[in-house]
Amino acid sequence: MRLAAAIVAGKLVASLSRRLNFGGGTTLPGGITRRIDPGALGKMTGRLRQGCVVVTGTNGKTTTTRMISNMLQVAGLKPVHNRSGANLVSGVTSALLNSSSITGRPGGDIGLFEVDEANLPLVVAEAKPTVVVINNLFRDQLDRYGEIDYIAGLWRKALRQLPSSARVVLNADDPLVASLGKSLAASVLYFGIEDERYGRATLEHAADSKSCVSCGARYAYAVAFYGHVGKYSCPNCGAKRPIPDLGADSISLNGTVGAELLMRGPQGPLNVRLGLPGMYNVYNALAAAATGLALGLPLEDVKAGIEGFSAAFGRIERIQIEDKLIFLALVKNPIGFNEVLRTILLDGAQKDLLIVINDNIADGTDISWLWDVDFEVLQTRTRRVVVAGTRAEDMAVRLKYALVDPSKVEIEKDLPRALHAGLAGVEKEGTLYVLPTYTAMLEVREVIQRLGYVGKFWQD
Amino acid sequence: MKVVIGHLYADLMNIYGDRGNIIALTRRAQWAGVEVEVRNLALGQTLDPREYDILFVGGGQDREQSLIADDLQKVKGGSIVEAVEDGAVVLAVCGGYQLLGKYFKTGEDVVLPGIGLFDAWTVAGNRRCIGDAVVECSFTGERRTLVGFENHSGKTYLGPAARPIGKVLHGFGNNAEDGFEGAVYKNAYGTYLHGSILPKNAWLTDHLIASALRRRYGQNIVLPPVDAGLEERAHRAVIARIRGRGKMNTGAI
Repeated sequence: MRLAAAIVAGKLVASLSRRLNFGGGTTLPGGITRRIDPGALGKMTGRLRQGCVVVTGTNGKTTTTRMISNMLQVAGLKPVHNRSGANLVSGVTSALLNSSSITGRPGGDIGLFEVDEANLPLVVAEAKPTVVVINNLFRDQLDRYGEIDYIAGLWRKALRQLPSSARVVLNADDPLVASLGKSLAASVLYFGIEDERYGRATLEHAADSKSCVSCGARYAYAVAFYGHVGKYSCPNCGAKRPIPDLGADSISLNGTVGAELLMRGPQGPLNVRLGLPGMYNVYNALAAAATGLALGLPLEDVKAGIEGFSAAFGRIERIQIEDKLIFLALVKNPIGFNEVLRTILLDGAQKDLLIVINDNIADGTDISWLWDVDFEVLQTRTRRVVVAGTRAEDMAVRLKYALVDPSKVEIEKDLPRALHAGLAGVEKEGTLYVLPTYTAMLEVREVIQRLGYVGKFWQD
Repeated sequence: MKVVIGHLYADLMNIYGDRGNIIALTRRAQWAGVEVEVRNLALGQTLDPREYDILFVGGGQDREQSLIADDLQKVKGGSIVEAVEDGAVVLAVCGGYQLLGKYFKTGEDVVLPGIGLFDAWTVAGNRRCIGDAVVECSFTGERRTLVGFENHSGKTYLGPAARPIGKVLHGFGNNAEDGFEGAVYKNAYGTYLHGSILPKNAWLTDHLIASALRRRYGQNIVLPPVDAGLEERAHRAVIARIRGRGKMNTGAI
């Protein structure tokens, strides 16, 4: 009875919120429902026939979750999924609420939730997931969460609550994430990259977890793929990267277009053609595939799910505007920003960029991380950079100190004008690379949408 | 002319874009025609106080902070104090600042000893001081502002032998109680401001470089002017936003 009342109230708020154009009603309704019935989330997930999957990590949550969603649908399942990316416990509750009947029967057979890093313990405790997926842990929005060791501690505690029937999918190549697999009742499935050709011999500046989780000595890296993710070992205590259950061999990166890779898992090899660029998306695909295996999905469904995937909203998007293309990629921390720069610069041509840096709460109010991004790579490979956002001036200063020619850099605080300025500089059939932080991305999409080019995000 | 910059614990103490300070010092010195050499000073490495013109230490997480507290006691602390007594320039931010004081008492009641360069001590607080900060300073003889971002739960208190870096116009400062921020002793500066602090406060960067050059090449050294138009624009933008929200204390700006 209480659940029913909570659901009715939540649904009402969701409907009002959409009608009054407050957005998709992706967070508030869940909050209301939880206020009325604090046990609502657990009651609703308890009615999911196939249980639920929870995905977290600093980078790639939305993309990985959407790949998994595709896979589940190919396999004939109907996921209840917080697609909009509202990933606090209220957002997860909202997703279930929106899909469920008034009596609380969910409108699907498996839950699929991307979950904010700090919300994982609460979601694990309430939703009792059957699979938990953790892709990576980087420095992100320290002002919001505190330090990465603190987050790792939260996760460790949460994972130890899982029963032996649960499965945990972890990135073997991220030392802090891999270390979470120790002393769990749940069984662990590791994924990682074996092919060393795209790795580097040294860590990039922005790398975070450089010292051994067990003894504090500095890890030795045979190869680093990005950030602190790579093949590491501790020269002092001998701690090593676990051997991945699902490994990627023969990777071939194809510029901003995509990648091909050979996955090797317990059920045999799998050739996958990925429609997303960069090494970080190879990891997202591996995390998704490993989750598919943990759920016992057939290999061909895993493959079809990944290959049929188009980018999650705004993470990477290509939008045709008349005779020009906008390539939109979210940037939210040094590691991610470096990967995006590396990916768009792969072909060596001169680029036109629009960088939009906001410092709202959802972006992280501290923008000092811009100094950890290697913007120096832009020195020789930019035609023009327009900078916008609440912190446009900081971005311009960063480019000055990265020795990007100041005559190529333009500050334009007004976003529509910045977008026009960016596009105006691009030649016919050329591309404007738009790199916004999270709230800036929402604004960019809104501006583009007013021009009539993309749909509202909670509908896709 | 040349400056040698020692980046203390570059691998460990770097959580708030601290690299930006090294980049700012390097570029502005180079733009002024000064040669620059940056040396990393890792755990276990000793330093000769006469070799270094500028020493920088940034912020770190708790785990790193206890590692470096130990190294400061056993390996580097004496040399740092000696360098400062001899006129060397030091900039210490956040966690680094805390350990250049007398001690830091953590939330678990562990006391990490500092090197006592500043007559200051730090105790863990129960709320985090997070946000943009504006500080008014006059240690160069002129009234100036510093803008930055602070993120700390430690509260630092100054003893009679320490001077603050300035007065808090917006933000929390040393301890969110007395309205002051940072510490100055000779040419050593400790502060909670990152952002990174130096890029948007080019006047401080230039002041640090000029002080280092005067120690080595004589008191009448004048740094040739280096353009800071963009940096000052970014500086003013922070102040204007805070003022726009009506949140600035009264001050000279």
